[in-house]
Order: sequence, then structure tokens, then C-alpha cells
Amino acid sequence: MNTDIPAGKKSWFTPFNVVATIIILIGAVITFLRFTKGLGGVTNLSDNNPWGLWIAFDLLCGVALAAGGYCTSAACYVFGLKRYHSAVRPAILTAFLGYSLVVFALSYDVGRPWRLPYPFFVQQGTTSVLFEVGLCVFLYLITLFVEWLPSCLEWLGFRKPRDLIVRATLALTIFGVVLSTMHQSSLGALYLIAPSKLHPLWYSSYLPLFFFISSIAAGLSMVIFEGTLSHYYMHDKMDKTYLSEHDSVVRGFSKGAALVLAGYFLLKVIGIALDDKWDYLLTSYGAWFLLELLGFVALPCFLFAIAVREQKLKLCRWAAVLTVLGIVLNRFNVSWFAFNWQLAPADRYFPSWMEIAISVYVVTIGVLLFRFISTYMPIFYEDPQYREHVPHEGEEEERPEFVEHKLHRHPQTFGH
Amino acid sequence: MENQFYTLHDFLVYTKGAAYLLMAVSVLGLLGFWLYITGRDEDTFIK
Repeated sequence: MNTDIPAGKKSWFTPFNVVATIIILIGAVITFLRFTKGLGGVTNLSDNNPWGLWIAFDLLCGVALAAGGYCTSAACYVFGLKRYHSAVRPAILTAFLGYSLVVFALSYDVGRPWRLPYPFFVQQGTTSVLFEVGLCVFLYLITLFVEWLPSCLEWLGFRKPRDLIVRATLALTIFGVVLSTMHQSSLGALYLIAPSKLHPLWYSSYLPLFFFISSIAAGLSMVIFEGTLSHYYMHDKMDKTYLSEHDSVVRGFSKGAALVLAGYFLLKVIGIALDDKWDYLLTSYGAWFLLELLGFVALPCFLFAIAVREQKLKLCRWAAVLTVLGIVLNRFNVSWFAFNWQLAPADRYFPSWMEIAISVYVVTIGVLLFRFISTYMPIFYEDPQYREHVPHEGEEEERPEFVEHKLHRHPQTFGH
Repeated sequence: MENQFYTLHDFLVYTKGAAYLLMAVSVLGLLGFWLYITGRDEDTFIK
């Protein structure tokens, strides 16, 4: 039997695809169990712990780590830092997929996904912080979808609607920043209702501020982290503009992340001082809190600062990884590890393997979608027919060798 | 065991006092941090 693969055709049978397929199949089975047997059939959630891993990871971490979208588009279009233009599309795509998967994962938690629009169109709970979070996420997801649409329309060849949306970029960016400011902080505000359940070191009346500021650091770090991974795995999909601007994006975002983390660290310390919670630092929870604050906020801040000053891009990337881990740890602490801290160990929550499997399943779907979209649509490159790149000072105006990658245009190209 | 109680005066002097001192240190610290990380930036104004 001839098993040779024809030249130019890649085998589908790669380790990544095999593992992804297995995860998707397991996820599909657990999805069936979740929607037929209910939460009790697949999760360890209880009346004491009604919010578990799916809220801690899929929602809180998902929203924080998707903040790169509003950070990058605000830097480029609101603050006029056009040298970050090439990072906008990957960041918007990451944010759009991140928020889509947040809503997707939320339907596992709340059940009956067809009722998701009810809080907005049927029965509005306008006095609830959760209503504000839901409304902002709902509107921001639509905004991100519209912001992402131009790359899809370029792929399909629909020029007119694409041009129409591109003209509204600034308005969409401002709308997105306003919505992000509101719901990133409101996610922290959700926990203000539980001062007796959340450990005092994590509980603070400044929780909304902490969540918002840490989301900026998370967003900036995620752009660096995601860019590094994309550089490694999708290098052939990138054009010269993206490749030449990438180092500048890493340097600039590292500088921003260093300053934001410094501010976040100082605010956390001031929060402790204002509530006079110094004594708690000497407990075991205090050691855990200090690990989060020193190991995953102060240390990456310090590493970012050294890396920016010494122009060490590799160190910037490691600091970004540490920051992302730190934000994940913080969200886990607030919603899980330090939540219900006074309960007996037997009553504490630990997720079932099926909850973990669904979270892995959601992340895998995100990675597959990101790979598909960035392979076929102009995410890491500008389609020459729609080129808008503004050359920097000292940069050549025209670059005839601009297109070096393969354009995977949609087979059924419309327009033109 | 002796009963300890805190007065408004204690709160204003110690708790708030410490927070205000930390705020002042933070502002100065952030300024120094900014100067540190931008110390080797190219000056874009003077050519």
C-alpha cells in the first residue's frame, strides 16, 4: 500500500490534531451529560459553592485575558500609537474568540442557553451588578464581532461593507473601551456582596479597581504571549510589516505592563493599609497572598522593567507569561481558593475531572478557531488590495516585496 | 485578658496615617520607576 503523502499536501494526522480531536470528542460526551443530567451529573458544585471552575477559569480568567483587544485598539486608535497597528487584528481576534467562549462556557454553568437573552429582553434586573456585567459582555461581544468582521469580509471579497465598518473603527474602539472599563471592574464588584465569604486579604472595597487595573496588565501581557506563540507556530502567515513591528509591540507593551503592574502592586498594598489587615499577612493565607503579590505581580513588574531598560525581548516574554499566570492565580484566589475560606475542608470545593475537561475543551475550541481564522483570513498580514498601513518615520513608503505569504482567499470570492 | 479597644483617633493616626504615607511613597516610587524604565529611551525631541 502506498502511504506516501503527495508533495505539497500536509497530512491531517499530526499530534496536535489527534489530541485536539480526542479532547473535542470527550468534551462532546460531557456536554451531552451536562445537558441531560444537570450540573449535579458532571460537577462538584453545591449550595455552598455554586460557582466553581467554570466561573473562575472560563469566565473570570477568560474575560481578563481577552483584555488585549481593548488595550491594543485603544493604544492604536485612541492614543494614536500607529506603530502597534499590526497587533490590532490578532488582539481583536483573540478578544472576540475569548468573549465568545466565555458566553459559550457560561451556557454550561447556567443551563438552558436559549434563555441567555432573557435578562436583556424579558426581565431586566437593573439593580444587579450581574446585570451590568451581562449587558456589557453582550454589547462588547457584538462590538468585537463587528471589529473582527473586516478581516472576514476581506477574505470573502465584500469590499463595500468592509469599508463601511473600517470607517467606524474609532467609534467602535471607544465603545469597546467604555464597555470593557465597566464590566472588567464589575466582575470584581460581584464579590463585594460576599465580605463574610471572601478572605479579608482578597476582599476589599477596591476590588472593582483591582480587577480593572489587573485586566490591563493581563491584556498587554496576553498580546505579548499570544504574539510570541503565533510567531513560533504561524510565522509563515505573517507579512513584513507585522514582523518588523513585532519587537516594537513587545517593547512598548512591556513598558506599559511594567507601569500598570507597579501601580497595581502599590494599590494592593495601600488597600491592605487602609483596611489595616497587616496581621493577616502572618497567617498561611497571608503567605499565599504574598506569593501572589510578590511572585506574580512584583516579580514580573521588575522583570519587565529590566527587560525594557536592557532591551531584552526574551525576558519581556517570560515576564508576560508570569503576569498571565499571576492574573489567573488572582482570579482563582478571589473566586475559589480564598472563597468560603472558613468552611471545613470537607465542605470546600474542588472541581470534578469533567469540569476540568470542559475547560480544556473550551480552550481547545478557541485554539482551533484561532488557527483556522488566522490561516485563512488576513490577521497577521494586510491584504494588498486593502492595504492601509501607514509607514513610520524613516520607513520606506512603498514595499514591492510586501506580499510573500500565500493568500488563502475564500474559494468563492465575491465583489471586485 | 485585657480588653483592647481602638478610638477614632487611633484609626486616623495609625491606619489612615500609614495609608497616606504609603500613598506619598507610592507617588514618588512610581516617578522613580518611570525614570528608571525610560532612562535609556532615545530622546525623540532633541536631534
